[in-house]
Order: sequence, then C-alpha cells, then structure tokens
Amino acid sequence: MQEAMIEIEGLRKVYSGGFEALKGVDLSIRRGEIFALLGPNGAGKTTLISVVCGLVNPSAGQVRVDGYDILDDFREARSRIGLVPQELTNEAFSTVWDTVSFSRGLFGKPRDPAHIEKVLRSLSLWDKRRNRLITLSGGMKRRVLIAKALAHEPEVLFLDEPTAGVDVELRRDMWEVVRGLRDNGVTIILTTHYIEEAEEMADRIGVIRSGELVLVEEKQELMRSLGSKELTLHLHEPVTAIPDVLSRFDLRLAEDGHALIYSYDATREDSNPRGGIADLLAEVESAGLGFKDLHTRQSSLEEIFVNLVRERT
Amino acid sequence: MNLTAIKTIYIAEMARAMRTVAQSIVSPVLSTSLYFVVFGSAIGSRISQVNGIEYGSFIVPGLIMLMLLTQSVSNASFGIFFPRFTGSIYEVLSAPITPLEIVIGFVGAAASKSIILGLIVLATASLFVPFTIAHPLMMLLFLVLTALTFSLLGFIIGIWADGFEKLQLVPLLIITPLTFLGGTFYSIDMLPPVWQTVTLFNPVVYLVSGFRWSFYGMGDVSIWVSLGMITLFMAICLVIVQAIFRSGYRLKP
Repeated sequence: MQEAMIEIEGLRKVYSGGFEALKGVDLSIRRGEIFALLGPNGAGKTTLISVVCGLVNPSAGQVRVDGYDILDDFREARSRIGLVPQELTNEAFSTVWDTVSFSRGLFGKPRDPAHIEKVLRSLSLWDKRRNRLITLSGGMKRRVLIAKALAHEPEVLFLDEPTAGVDVELRRDMWEVVRGLRDNGVTIILTTHYIEEAEEMADRIGVIRSGELVLVEEKQELMRSLGSKELTLHLHEPVTAIPDVLSRFDLRLAEDGHALIYSYDATREDSNPRGGIADLLAEVESAGLGFKDLHTRQSSLEEIFVNLVRERT
Repeated sequence: MNLTAIKTIYIAEMARAMRTVAQSIVSPVLSTSLYFVVFGSAIGSRISQVNGIEYGSFIVPGLIMLMLLTQSVSNASFGIFFPRFTGSIYEVLSAPITPLEIVIGFVGAAASKSIILGLIVLATASLFVPFTIAHPLMMLLFLVLTALTFSLLGFIIGIWADGFEKLQLVPLLIITPLTFLGGTFYSIDMLPPVWQTVTLFNPVVYLVSGFRWSFYGMGDVSIWVSLGMITLFMAICLVIVQAIFRSGYRLKP
C-alpha cells in the first residue's frame, strides 16, 4: 500500500449555527496521487479542504499532513500545502509578480525569482507579470491563484473547483499543469462538478454527501459504474407490451407506449451479453416496430450522485 | 518565528501605502497643516499663552497626537479589513504563521506609517510655529507606544467591521471626539472643575498630556501616569487580539 500523505480520522465540523458540515469523515490520500472529491453543492467539500488548510477549526477528529498534525504541528503541516480557493480572491491593485512573490514569502521561503518565473511561464502568465490583477480576465485571475499556491513549492495542492467558469482551452491547460505537478510528485486533491474533469485527471475518486464520505474508489472502477447510458427509440405506433423477442434487452416502455428505453453500459458495450445497440435495432426492425427518432443520454453527475448514494446507504 | 513571513506582510503593507501615497501621506499632512494655519497662526496669535507657552506651540503635540491616533486606527483597520473584504485573507490564515506573527506584520506596518507621518507633521509644524522638544527620547517613546496601541485598536476594528461604514464609525464617532476633548487644543486646567474630573475618564487626555510633557516638560497629569495608561491600553488591546485569534472571531468559523 502506498504511503499516506494526508490522513483524516473522524473529522467533524459543526458550525456555530448548529449545522453539521462534516459527520466523522475518515479518508487517507496517498502520496503523489490525484484525488477528486465529488459531491453536490453543500456536501462539505470546501469545509473538508478548509479544515485541512487551517481556514476552519475542526470540531472533532484528527488530520495529519505528511505525518504532522494540522493543529499541534501546524507550521510543518501547512508549509507542505498549497491552496487554490474556489472564489477569485485577489488583491486587485497588486501586480502578478508581487502577489505571487508575496505568497512565497508568507510561507517563509526566501526570494527565488527563478522559481517564480518558472511558475508564471508554466501558467502562461509571464507576459502579464507586470499587470495589475484588476486588469486581468477571470481565467487569468484563476491562473494567478494557482501560481500563488505553487509559489512556495508545496507537496500537496488543493484545487477547490479550479475550472469553475473557465473556458475549455484554459481547462485543458490547467489539466496539463496538474498532470505536470503530479509527475513531479505533488499530491493533488481537487473538487469538481465536472465528471469529465474527474475522469480525465483523477487516480481515485471520493464522493461526499451531506458531510459523509459515501464512497472512495479507484477511478476506473467508478467510471464503470458511472458509464450507464440510455437509448430512447420513439416509435411510429404505440405498443402496449414489449414483444417477447426483445425481452433479453430489458427494455422499458415510456410515453404511453410511444417510446422504448434501453439502458446499457457504454464502456462494456462490446462485450454486452445481451447484445449491443446494433443487435437491438435489428431486433426492433424484425419485430415490426418502426421508429421515427432515437437519442442517447448519459446520466448527469447529479443523477449519478443520487444513484450512488442511494445504492451505498 | 517566521521572520520572512512577518517581513513579507510588513513590506506588502508598506507598499500598499506607497501605491496610495496621496491618501496616505499628503492628505493627513495637509489637513494637519490647515489646523496649524487656522488655530496656530490665525486664531492662535489672538489667544494668550497657555501655561507660559504660545498657543500655536502649545497645540503642536496635541495635533500630532490627533493625526497619530486617527491614522493608526485607519491604517491598521483597513490593512486587515481589505483582505477580509476581498477574501484574500485565506492566504494569510492558511500560511505557516502564528497569530502573533500576523499581528506583528500588519500592526507593525500600520504603526510605522503613522510614526513616519507623525514625524512629517512634526517637521511641517516647525514651518508654522516655533517649538522645542525637551525630552526627545520620551517623545519618540510616546510616538511609538501610541502608534502601536492604536494600530492594535485599528486591527481589532478591522476584524470586527463587516462593512466599510463600520470602519469609519469608531474613528469618527469615538477617536476624533475623544481627541478633541482630550486636551488637544486646551489645557484641562482651563475647564470648570466638574469637567476637569469628567475629562479624566477620557483616555486620550493621558496620551496628549504625556506627549506634551515630552515637548515642554509639563502636562495635565504626571508623565508616569500617562506612561502607565498607554501601557494599560496596549495590554487591553493585546488581550482582545489574543481572544480574537483564539476564538477565530470573524476570521475562522
């Protein structure tokens, strides 16, 4: 088993209003992995990250970063962490260079212009180094936040919704940066609403809901369970029952008999014992059912969460 | 102690003042100069001496103290409120630094700016009225202690405030009136006996008196009482700041 970089045991957080944001979370994050934390809004993702980073006081439980307790050895623990917050929080009138250098100094690291330059170049910010933050676009500000988090050469990087509201190109760029960091041994924890982001980036995925970690799985395993798709055939004429010849496909009738719905696992379509989509369409034709339209749909992340949570609880 | 972090916060705060040099330096110097022109030169020339000192010279320590108090509170409160307002405070709170180091960085910078301003106003005053400094070291000590104490107060206000209006509330409604009523423009001997007693509950009286003593060797209360009071105010502010960080009040939920 790989060595744990972050160990969370029985972590609880009850806010002053009585809201319990974390209900005894246990989680171990391996050194050098990319861990995606998924969950609907208000699930506790940001609270969990905030506790580890020292922004929120835990109510109970223990968190260790590289073996250092976040409360008793906070200097050692925090010096290893870089945080990219969800909100675009910057001091508007600083320049890019100054604000990134400020971040490095805050963590007690001596000046290192070469490192700052490397970080800025890797995020395509070098040309903007003298610009004030207020003049940058939202995407550029997001890059600056990442640069600030990397300024002190952290061993663990938290990315809280790093690509929320950024365009596709920037998202791809960020993924490249994150992969590069992982290749250099940085442990990365990211929260996201984008299933494709988790699919693209993560080694493991955790799903949190209502303050509870409902599952932690290898990405490949989870993707298999998330791979469910639906094919809907809109028929010319309604049917009252599914013909026996189609029974092996486990079809469902919908729209008062005007539609047939076929659920399948897109990742295993080639080895589907029930036959694939081509077989289904051929059988529908031979059963004398004409269809005027068809479409496929993949479950939304929200639905996937609901289904996963329902299954696991 | 994370000296690099303290230095980083200190330099960033000082740099912020330099970016807004007009508001930070020119504005308080100009307003204080106006006081000297109006009260020192124009009206002051028609007022008889106070305790054997020309009126224009008499008000110099009080005016410097007025500027020092308001600027210390203003600098420090804005310094910590602004990152709270923008959200960039997350970076300071998640860095490997102690609350004491945060306070030294922010309050140290705010106090430094106020002290520099105090010295600039002192130099400006010499252009308008003649004065002497009988105890220069004591004057500097008072300058530093007062700037630090009221920067601590400003830091507390900056954490307490949940809007820009509240940032102005305490300086406008409390600091300025207390300073005006604290012997800036008069000796408390000039008040009726009842008001002389009442005014002793005004903490600024002790600051102005002590500061004036360092100039002219005379004040409304003993220099040791003044020093004791400023030390007491500082201790109270430190206890409050410590309580803020211990509880996470408006910083860490």
